[in-house]
Amino acid sequence: MRVLVTGASGFLGGAVARGLLDAGYDVTVLQRSASGLPCREVRGDITDRQVVDEAVSGIDAVIHLAAKVAVAGDHAEFTRINVAGTSALIEAARAAGARRFVQVSSPSVAHAGSPLVGAGAAPANPMTAHGSYSRTKAESELIALAADAPGFAVVAIRPHLVWGPGDEQLVGRIIARARAGRLFLIDQGIALIDTTVVDNAVSALIASVEHAEEQAVHGRAFVVSNGQPRTVAELLTRMARAAGAPEPARSVPFRMAWLAGFVAERAWRHHPRGEQAGDPPMTTFLAEQLATAHWFDQRETRRVLGWEPTVGLDEGFHRLAAWYDTLRSPVDA
Amino acid sequence: MIDPARVPPPGLPGLDPRWSRLVQAPDFTGSLRTWHLLDTHADSGLGDPAPSITVICVHGNPTWSYLWRSLLAGAPRSMRVIAVDQLDMGFSERTGVPRRLADRVDDLCALTAELGITGPVVTVAHDWGGPISLGWALRHRDALRGVVLLNTAVHQPAGSPAPSIIRVARCRPLLRLNTSWTDIFVRGTTRMSRSSLSARKMPSAVAEAFAAPYRSAARRRAIGDFVADIPLEQGHPSSAALESIADGIKGLDDTPALLLWGPNDPVFSDRYLADFMERLPHADVHRYERSAHLVIEDAPRLVADLLSWLAGRVEATPQPDESQPDPQSAARAPSSLLDALLVARDVRPGETALAEMSARGAGSRVTWQALGDRVERLAAGLRARGIETGDRVSVLIPPGADLIAVVYACWSIGASVVIADTGLGIGGIRRAIRGARPMHVIGVPAGLVLARTLAIPGQRISSRALARICEEGAARAVALERPDAETEAVVVFTSGATGPAKGVVYRHRQVAATVGLLRAHYRLTESDSLVAAFAPWAVLGPALGITSVIPAMDVTKPRTLTARALSDAVSSVNGTVLWASPAALANVITTQDRLSEPQRRAFASVRLALFAGAPVPRASLVAASSLMPNAQIRTPYGMTEALPVADIELSGMPAPAKTHGVPVGYPVAGVDVEVAVLDASGRPSRVLEATHGVTGEIAVRAAHIRDHYDRLWATNRLASTNPGWHRTGDVGHLDPDGSLWIEGRLAHVIVTPTGVLTPVGPEQRAITLPFVEQAALVGVGPPGITTPVLVVVITPTTRRRTRSHLLDADRTEQLRQTTGVDLAAVLVRRDMPVDIRHNSKIDRSLLAAWAERVLAGAGG
Repeated sequence: MRVLVTGASGFLGGAVARGLLDAGYDVTVLQRSASGLPCREVRGDITDRQVVDEAVSGIDAVIHLAAKVAVAGDHAEFTRINVAGTSALIEAARAAGARRFVQVSSPSVAHAGSPLVGAGAAPANPMTAHGSYSRTKAESELIALAADAPGFAVVAIRPHLVWGPGDEQLVGRIIARARAGRLFLIDQGIALIDTTVVDNAVSALIASVEHAEEQAVHGRAFVVSNGQPRTVAELLTRMARAAGAPEPARSVPFRMAWLAGFVAERAWRHHPRGEQAGDPPMTTFLAEQLATAHWFDQRETRRVLGWEPTVGLDEGFHRLAAWYDTLRSPVDA
Repeated sequence: MIDPARVPPPGLPGLDPRWSRLVQAPDFTGSLRTWHLLDTHADSGLGDPAPSITVICVHGNPTWSYLWRSLLAGAPRSMRVIAVDQLDMGFSERTGVPRRLADRVDDLCALTAELGITGPVVTVAHDWGGPISLGWALRHRDALRGVVLLNTAVHQPAGSPAPSIIRVARCRPLLRLNTSWTDIFVRGTTRMSRSSLSARKMPSAVAEAFAAPYRSAARRRAIGDFVADIPLEQGHPSSAALESIADGIKGLDDTPALLLWGPNDPVFSDRYLADFMERLPHADVHRYERSAHLVIEDAPRLVADLLSWLAGRVEATPQPDESQPDPQSAARAPSSLLDALLVARDVRPGETALAEMSARGAGSRVTWQALGDRVERLAAGLRARGIETGDRVSVLIPPGADLIAVVYACWSIGASVVIADTGLGIGGIRRAIRGARPMHVIGVPAGLVLARTLAIPGQRISSRALARICEEGAARAVALERPDAETEAVVVFTSGATGPAKGVVYRHRQVAATVGLLRAHYRLTESDSLVAAFAPWAVLGPALGITSVIPAMDVTKPRTLTARALSDAVSSVNGTVLWASPAALANVITTQDRLSEPQRRAFASVRLALFAGAPVPRASLVAASSLMPNAQIRTPYGMTEALPVADIELSGMPAPAKTHGVPVGYPVAGVDVEVAVLDASGRPSRVLEATHGVTGEIAVRAAHIRDHYDRLWATNRLASTNPGWHRTGDVGHLDPDGSLWIEGRLAHVIVTPTGVLTPVGPEQRAITLPFVEQAALVGVGPPGITTPVLVVVITPTTRRRTRSHLLDADRTEQLRQTTGVDLAAVLVRRDMPVDIRHNSKIDRSLLAAWAERVLAGAGG
């Protein structure tokens, strides 16, 4: 099967492309910067129709990961990449004769802020999702699932908090903060959250491409996670340990963190350096994510995709620690 | 006002619009009226098979057919459920014609004729729908297969005032104000509703749905008419109709009946239930503790219970019937409960039957002669005071000579004693005794004050009057009688560690079987003497025919037993058998340093020490063993419903690290133990098996198990799933040797996506770690996909100064390894929620709810 992976320069996108290559798929990748992967590569912007047309030519299936991922920023830019980009890709893929389309989404598309305790995959809702990223991802998931039709099977997969060796998005930021002495817990980090070791996200996405055309699969959204809820405190502590960084010791109350996020978001909006200032240190969205439970009912996902996570949390932390060890001891030392 | 019938607006929670029908039928005046009704078979075509039973539901005032939505939703296709909106109520036509009770019965009969309903039919009704449905039932005896009544009435019991709420509502100036001009009555009815589980109010969308047909004063007109039609006074136009129904239902003695009741109803209180139980003595009864008037809304289990009862009517299979004795014992025999007492009085009249220690040292002694005489006279005296065979007598006397005399006197009369101990807590005692509805209360002065405060019904007799009652009885002196062995002997209560306390009813033959089993299993003979420091069994000495002593303690507060008091009790009768609760033992061990050397030596006479009632820590048993060097230390396993079931000796207990539960030993001779294997969703199978190594709900069969639960039809049905067996609600397994292991309560089984976990094994392994004092394994999350969380109390020296409930990552990981469970988190508490009676049974359900709230984080 010839599979196009968009966003392969990202942490998960790269891992998916490598996973597909290892499994013997014919892989094409599409992203802005060079991926360094041993496969056919198209470089350019996801909203550029010419680039996209080139990428989808001769493709059987698409795994669409390219997205603007950030906790703050210009909403129009989120819409351009996440919503318009997805629409353009779907149109091109269908026109080029692809039969399967996996929309990589996020559980936050259905999260209105209240705790998710053993939740299923509720419908995406751009009206209630919090933050530009979640709202535009909700919109794009709805667009993708609406495109599901005979001959063009669409599945939305929502991996929750993917992490592993080489992850700069989640683990990298946590470790950077821990090293800077700025990693703190909210409400003692007591909320239970479920995460996904990258290997499991990859195998789930491959399984979803394989099963996309089945009756029970296409047209639906599935949450993917390790199914091992842990407290935020334990996850952050073990990530910090794996990297040899200081463990989080301080905790702030949720209300204070939320307020800090509220102020920071507004301050960053008027930041003299604009987007170059990076993400604000705290946002209301981040405060909610770090202080409320999110863990999921995985039974339907596992049954329908015929998939099970193979790398448990212990093994995940072990691999993370091994990776940080190799970083600390350069080969030429 | 005249207003045509209509269908309810869309979107009312739980209401399927496909159920709604508008049906025309003549009313009592002969005019054609349009009804709105809900019908599960509204859409059925001509070719569909006829339903095997039709259920006709009649709402009361001021509700509408919406009340029955969950019943319609849950009914199988073979059951047709029709729920009507009475004329001028709900979404039925507003006719402008006031209707009285008899008219409403006529209306309903005409409607069912129009619908072509023939039979078989079961009527289900709530509130003032009750008399109307019964009026219908009495006119359709051929079709009738059952009647179900929820919080209703057909009769104002003589001598008791009508419910004050209704009297106030009936007061002329207020009637229209409450009912029609404002929606106070409509709103008030739903506002009183609380979930009996969570005490949460009715969701506002549901309350709105109840109010939906009553938005304007004109549409509420019939609500006032309904209240005005309640015949509170003589000569009321509806009195005759109601009386005729009330008398008529006495003839429904061959019709199955089910009474489902919310006892917290300020209108239709327990006394109306009692009235129905007199009229329909064969009825199945279930009281949903902590539920009120809208019992179907308050009690989450009611609809499932009702559906299973209705299914029984379809199958017409005989249900286990609590009012009928076991057919095998149909050959009636006199009770043997008083035999040992009578024999001892004849054979060794001067020997001590009972010693009661006082805090100041030597106590009082009663000989067999004196005890026998006192019981005989008291029985005659109490009879003279109006206590009769079959009456229930609540006894509020602490264990001691008075209690024992009263209990045996009641048994001799054939009256049943209701024993609610202070271990239930005040609220628990109130619910327990009011639920049992005793006709008499005999109590110490404080007990009678309590009875008055708690509004416990019945004649009150002070224990101070017992001497006078004995004198009165002496004049009538008749020999002790022995009631029939099937006579109800006692109502005792479960500790309520897993829900409200349940009344457990024993007949004479079952108490006698318990006595026989204890005597045989522990080889009790006349030469034994019993030190009774365990509340429920402190009264059994005379039935065993052995000398008993009650130590100076509050037997219902086990922690008040000191080592010295116990030693004094043992030495007073040369005690050979000791029976105490684990909490009492704990205090004895704590206070043993204060024993003098002779006091310590007194324990040498004890040959057998039994500790029962709750799990006993092994260390306590070891300490007991060193205190009583000649005693075999045993812990019987059992429950309020059957004791003992099994028992184990200290020397036979394995070290906890290797166990998958708590070993409770081999079943006692005469007791069969099997398990109902749990499936992947944690439900026990219907069939029982004796296979070893599989975890299931433990079931017990023996002559001494309880007869039934009091007024808890659905609980009885579950507990008696297998005829002759008692389902204990405990889960565990049998090992290859046939020894029984307890793994927890059925209600505390943790169902994860990957399988079923029982709590006790991991908890036992957790407490092997030095920093863990107590541990409880609970599941958080929705049913079926809960994730395991361990809650611990850690030793004071290892506590860290933190406000967090989270245990640190290292010790969390250590507990994962030790328990072998993939714990999502380990939470720390200062103490555990435990039951009042034993002060040791951890309420894991409460802990699970707490853990889920904590781990939900902000907004949880």
